[in-house]
Amino acid sequence: MSSLSNAYRLEVASRVLAAIVGGYVLASLATAVLAVVLPMPRAEATLTATMLSFAIYACIVLWVFATRSVWRVWAGVVVPAVALNALLWLRQLWVGV
Amino acid sequence: MGGRVKESLRQSMAWLHTWAGLTVGWILYAVFVTGTLSYFRPEISHWMRPELRDARERPDAIESGIRALRDRQPNSPRWVIVAPTAREPTMRIGWMVTTEPGQENRILRRFESILLNPQTGEELKARETAGGDFFYRFHFELSMNPLWGCWIVGCCAMFMLVAILSGIVTHRNIFKNFFTFRPNKGQRSWLDAHNIVGVLALPYHLMITYTGLITLMLTYMPWGVQASYGYDSGAFLAEAFPNPPQTNPTGRSSTLTDIEPLLEEASRQWGSGALPESVTIDHPGDAGARIQMQRTSVGRISSNDQTIIFDGVTGKMLAATGDEPGAMRTHSVLYGLHLAHFSSIALRWMFALCGLLGIAMVASGLVLWSVKRAPERVALGRTPFGHRLVEILNIGTVVGLPLGVAAYFWANRLLPIELADRSLWEVRCFFIAWTLSYIAAPWQAVRQAWRTHFTLGALLFGLLPLVNALTTNTHLGITLLHGPSVYAGFDLTMLAIAFMLALAAWYASREASVPQRVHGRTSARAPTTIETGSA
Repeated sequence: MSSLSNAYRLEVASRVLAAIVGGYVLASLATAVLAVVLPMPRAEATLTATMLSFAIYACIVLWVFATRSVWRVWAGVVVPAVALNALLWLRQLWVGV
Repeated sequence: MGGRVKESLRQSMAWLHTWAGLTVGWILYAVFVTGTLSYFRPEISHWMRPELRDARERPDAIESGIRALRDRQPNSPRWVIVAPTAREPTMRIGWMVTTEPGQENRILRRFESILLNPQTGEELKARETAGGDFFYRFHFELSMNPLWGCWIVGCCAMFMLVAILSGIVTHRNIFKNFFTFRPNKGQRSWLDAHNIVGVLALPYHLMITYTGLITLMLTYMPWGVQASYGYDSGAFLAEAFPNPPQTNPTGRSSTLTDIEPLLEEASRQWGSGALPESVTIDHPGDAGARIQMQRTSVGRISSNDQTIIFDGVTGKMLAATGDEPGAMRTHSVLYGLHLAHFSSIALRWMFALCGLLGIAMVASGLVLWSVKRAPERVALGRTPFGHRLVEILNIGTVVGLPLGVAAYFWANRLLPIELADRSLWEVRCFFIAWTLSYIAAPWQAVRQAWRTHFTLGALLFGLLPLVNALTTNTHLGITLLHGPSVYAGFDLTMLAIAFMLALAAWYASREASVPQRVHGRTSARAPTTIETGSA
């Protein structure tokens, strides 16, 4: 038990957080962007994006645990999330919803 | 370098597989067991209401249902007839309760229904029980607050999806692993067994996990709808899952048209001999009457509501559900695949066997976690609290849950018929038996506890047909020869489950002798055992 260093535990906790919370936020944003950009009627695009969302989420979780550096993990979650959020925000300004 | 990266990928995926699997394994096990039972929801409900044994379907049932409603509720604004089928031979007729003067504006109007024997038109009164519906609801709500329950089940399903995908990466030699079984080798055998049941039904596991997430996807992932519809989710539902428009009565009275030609017309429209599952009649007896027919799931995978609407007076077809666009059809098919309402009895058994493999996969994975850490316990010379906790949770869940199921069926036969809140007490018996198996588990050594629980399970399931014979007329002595076959099938399935639990009890007691022998032989060289064990 005590053979595990605190640094290791912190890293695991950080990855778990990135996978579960970060992964959900990123998957949600990807779903939201797909729902508005997919070239289909509105309801169709929304359904397609939502059906794909769990595959996206699962891929993010696998990637989080497969990546070596924990810093790269957080960068890989936060940067796309900010970019997708910016896209949604710009669209909101454009469409005015 | 590339090899090292690949190796570490496998290691991190193995870590993910172990912990994603263990943390939600117990809940997943319960979801798998109740889900598999839900494939037989109508059959379980039928067995738990032996008073319905004489009900038989008949072709002109809907017509007699309309007659019964005309006699009983001529003024109701809505009638519903759920047609009897081979699986559910009773007919349910329902009606919206006529509004009392001064209460016309109530939004939620009361709906009542009764069961009829399609052969005689008589009302059937059965004991109060939740039947198979209890397992069905537990499968996605865990008998909790529905919102909490479905979020917990959803999280577990997501963990399961990750565990399956990381499991595939871990076992890159998937075919080699599949054809490898090394019996009587302790941890190796458990690992092989876990691989075999996991890989054998892998497409099923992936399908059932993903489609399970799809069934509640708008709860779990509402952000797509939010992005394209804002907070007006009603607009999305209206576009994606359109409902026929509500109609108002004209106030002029008129006679309802003959239903028989409309049933034939609906069958012709749907093709492949499909019949309506339910018929809804709005404003019967009014000139604005509407007859709406909903297609059964037989002969199609999709779960969408295929409806045809007729004018209730002229019998003219007014509207029919058309072809859905791609994404909606995909959604309906994924949803339908999860429910498996379309399947014939043979296919349903195949699904149930895959579910059983899923149960075995989760259970063997849980046991494997414990077995794998045996060398650690030997090295420590004691059992750490975490290991003990996992062992007790494993026994109390893997065998305790089936014990609860057996108690639920026993309670159905043994509780007094007039007992107040009878269906609630059946559910309580389920939870009492399940809880007791957690409480009983720590009192014995691990293997003995497994054996005791398995033996008790075999007895409870094995004696169920006997209890059934002592309390009802729907026992094997009658049902094997004269039917209804659903009762015979249920009793025989209970005997099969008892047999499997007895096998497990035998296996647990047989295994108990192996480590003692090994221990006696190698106790002088304990370190060697640890080395080989952890290799």
